[in-house]
Amino acid sequence: MKDVAAVSPALAPDVAGAMKGFAQEIGALSAFRLESCIHCGICADACHYFIATEDPQYTPIWKVEPFKQAYKRESSALAPLYRLFGWKREVTADQLAHWQHLLFDSCNLCGRCSLICPMGIDVASLIEQSRHAMFDAGLAPTELYEKAAHQQLTGQPESSLEPYRDQLLAIGARFGVDMPLDKPQADVMLCVPRTDIEQYPSAVAALARVMSNLSIACTFRSDGLIAENYGYFAGSKEWQRIISLRLIEQAIACGATTLLLPECGHAYTALRWEAADLYGKALPFRVLSVTEFLADELKAGRLKLAKAKDSKVTFHDPCQLVRKGGVNDAPRELLKAMSVQLEEMENHGGFSFCCGGGGGVIDIKQAAPLRYRTMEVKMREIDATGATTLLTSCSDCRRTFDDAQVHFNWGKKPDSLLELVASNLLQAGAVP
Amino acid sequence: MDLLHFARGLGLQIAIAIFCLGVTWRIASFALLRIRREYSRPRESILKYMLGGLITVGSRSWPHREFIGRTGAGEALGYSYHLGLFAVVLLFTPHILFLQSLFGFGWRGLPSSVITILSVITLTLFLAVLFRRVTNKVMRLLSNFDDYFSWFITMLVMATGLAATAHVGGPYETLLALHILSVDVLLIWFPFGKLMHAFYIFPSRAINGALLARKGATS
Repeated sequence: MKDVAAVSPALAPDVAGAMKGFAQEIGALSAFRLESCIHCGICADACHYFIATEDPQYTPIWKVEPFKQAYKRESSALAPLYRLFGWKREVTADQLAHWQHLLFDSCNLCGRCSLICPMGIDVASLIEQSRHAMFDAGLAPTELYEKAAHQQLTGQPESSLEPYRDQLLAIGARFGVDMPLDKPQADVMLCVPRTDIEQYPSAVAALARVMSNLSIACTFRSDGLIAENYGYFAGSKEWQRIISLRLIEQAIACGATTLLLPECGHAYTALRWEAADLYGKALPFRVLSVTEFLADELKAGRLKLAKAKDSKVTFHDPCQLVRKGGVNDAPRELLKAMSVQLEEMENHGGFSFCCGGGGGVIDIKQAAPLRYRTMEVKMREIDATGATTLLTSCSDCRRTFDDAQVHFNWGKKPDSLLELVASNLLQAGAVP
Repeated sequence: MDLLHFARGLGLQIAIAIFCLGVTWRIASFALLRIRREYSRPRESILKYMLGGLITVGSRSWPHREFIGRTGAGEALGYSYHLGLFAVVLLFTPHILFLQSLFGFGWRGLPSSVITILSVITLTLFLAVLFRRVTNKVMRLLSNFDDYFSWFITMLVMATGLAATAHVGGPYETLLALHILSVDVLLIWFPFGKLMHAFYIFPSRAINGALLARKGATS
């Protein structure tokens, strides 16, 4: 195993190199987006960081300002004029160091800002691209950097006392469910968030239970077990590629026609929408989230669900899955099939506010005070529904709400939609 | 050659040449950059996501219900002065005659009195827009020379045009020359600044809307 410490962040940020790299690699689409901005500032009104603080520095498009500056100076249509007359100065190390706070601590990559821009600019994609340049400049936050470095080398973001495959089998034994592991052939390859292995083992058991109920030939693979992708969070395209490749290779090795992603929002973005681009060609299998997979099985009549216990439920839409990923109807179809009384938040579906932990922010220690302030926007909406149960379909959202429960002594404990499904399974042929 | 002759003769020709070349270069320069191919499987058919792009062209003209409380007033102000501007530029008979000389066809204009009222309203909205830009902390942070100069030159065109038609502030020919000169400056500035959004707005909405629709994402 390679030494993780050997790839620690650069001591001296390579700002000039990173900015030149950003400008050269920007691509026509992002350049067009940067050029289209009319400085109206409306994107601020979609961002929970701005709404919570009213601080203009949290305006989403402002978060890419140095990168716009670098692009205009280095590779825009008027770049020679900008350089000749000094209209756009070179981005400095101090400037970029401040932007670490804006790009990582105060952005969940949730994409709500992309829905409000009158020019139609996908601001979130610009922020994601700017994170790449921050990584190249050696300015990714230490927590994300170290986890990404560890994961690209070892397959898991942190070391564990026991290998995750052993923990997976132990969860199976503890919950009395068979954990299909390292089968040479399977139709569906499964993976799990390490958050579930460590904090929510019942969600891992639930995944195995529903797959068993559906009698689908599936398997976990020891060499491609972890769904999270810290390369995505840290802004390293290369590490994101390496981490994704592990799952892609394992899915190919077992002949899977479907790579089934667990309740993990950013894993969906990384594998469903970005992995093929990093792989350089179309993936030879489907990538589905477990939520949409179960909704498909429900529609096909293979998944039968009982009526859930009476309670008022509200559902938190994970941004990467719903707003950015298009899995909007599936969770609601599953809830409806269980006759759940759903109380929607004021902003729900594609317009839902982020939990505050997305984009790796839950892992960044220095971001915590601002995150808590921002979370209050979401918590107010949840409380206003009067629901007794908070459900979601993302383990990082769940972790963030759990953290809020402790921090605020808040009365809502988040539960998993998958677990609710698993606890209301009917055998095929049974009458609901 | 007097000022008016220069303004609507050589000056205008130079301005139109810079405008055309500059706009062409600004747009063509995107083609010099890398165009990334999307390899992920689209959720929707190509027809559906193209339709998503077209829908976004229209839907982004007004904020979604979820945002309207925070942004409705600002957007209404923005669209109002744009509409006023279009009306004055495209429905004032002397402008129509000028455009007819360029393109070979014209249309019926509005009475001068209506145009004068619209101009006054639009100028007032322009001042409100500037007031908002300097008092709104987000807009103030984002604003740079481009924003203020683009506002200034557009305002100057409007103000000199109104002064010329109302015969206020000097001899008509001088005011008309200043009006056309300010149009020349606006055309020269156009490809260098944010006025380019006139060409970007609909393609930007369409492309981003289509890419979001490709994923089935909210747009």
